[in-house]
Amino acid sequence: MRNTMNLEFASLSANESFARVTVAAFVSQLDPTMDELTEIKTVVSEAVTNSIIHGYNNEPEQKIYISCTLDDDVVELVIRDYGVGIENIDEAIQPLYTSKPELERSGMGFTIMENFMDKVEINSNTQEGTTVKLIKHFKKSKTLCN
Amino acid sequence: MSLSVKLTTKENVLLVRLSGELDHHAAENLKKEWQIAMREKNAQHVILNLEQLSFMDSSGLGVILGRYKEVKQAGGEMVVCSISPAVKRLFDMSGLFKIIRLEESEQFALLSLGVAS
Repeated sequence: MRNTMNLEFASLSANESFARVTVAAFVSQLDPTMDELTEIKTVVSEAVTNSIIHGYNNEPEQKIYISCTLDDDVVELVIRDYGVGIENIDEAIQPLYTSKPELERSGMGFTIMENFMDKVEINSNTQEGTTVKLIKHFKKSKTLCN
Repeated sequence: MSLSVKLTTKENVLLVRLSGELDHHAAENLKKEWQIAMREKNAQHVILNLEQLSFMDSSGLGVILGRYKEVKQAGGEMVVCSISPAVKRLFDMSGLFKIIRLEESEQFALLSLGVAS
């Protein structure tokens, strides 16, 4: 069965938990494991934090968009901002790389997304914004055991 | 669920006990509180107890690494204890265990720093 959900919210750090909890509630209908749910929450948190800090440079009146599609046991997440964009994606995805070292960023955001998801696609244009598409297949073994 | 921070001292060790969720939003306040406590309590070492931490992302790694550097600079040591498998995964991924020691419990962490609990 196919199901979709769209979310739009202000680029405030207080919305990071709102975003991950909302997406987690939506994907829960696929009956994921606790680990899968934690992975989804973490990647949403990473992508939304990137949009707030890097995309919008902490401007609070911008908008972040999430769409989530469930298709059988596959979750597709698209997280979009219309911020400054990423100049060099290859550099941005390097583990420990951060464009803002003064902010105590760990530079692990994209590395975590790549580790927790099956597929990560980044599309970005400077001054236009960034779209991160994340895909994950949930393991179905638990339902087959019933 | 937000982050709750409990800061206490035992001899020259600052005990930082976190519960709830540590993300970018919570990290900024945590950094301030943590830095003030280190200064006011004149602590040398830090024990970070993550037993009650239910969620953390890369912003948490950033704030922990930032404090580690300050403690190290001042000649102290940071020990992490009672970590959940989910949070441990992030520590492993980022290589933080190469520089920050992990102990099973707060009691072991205290003993390792020479403080009788």
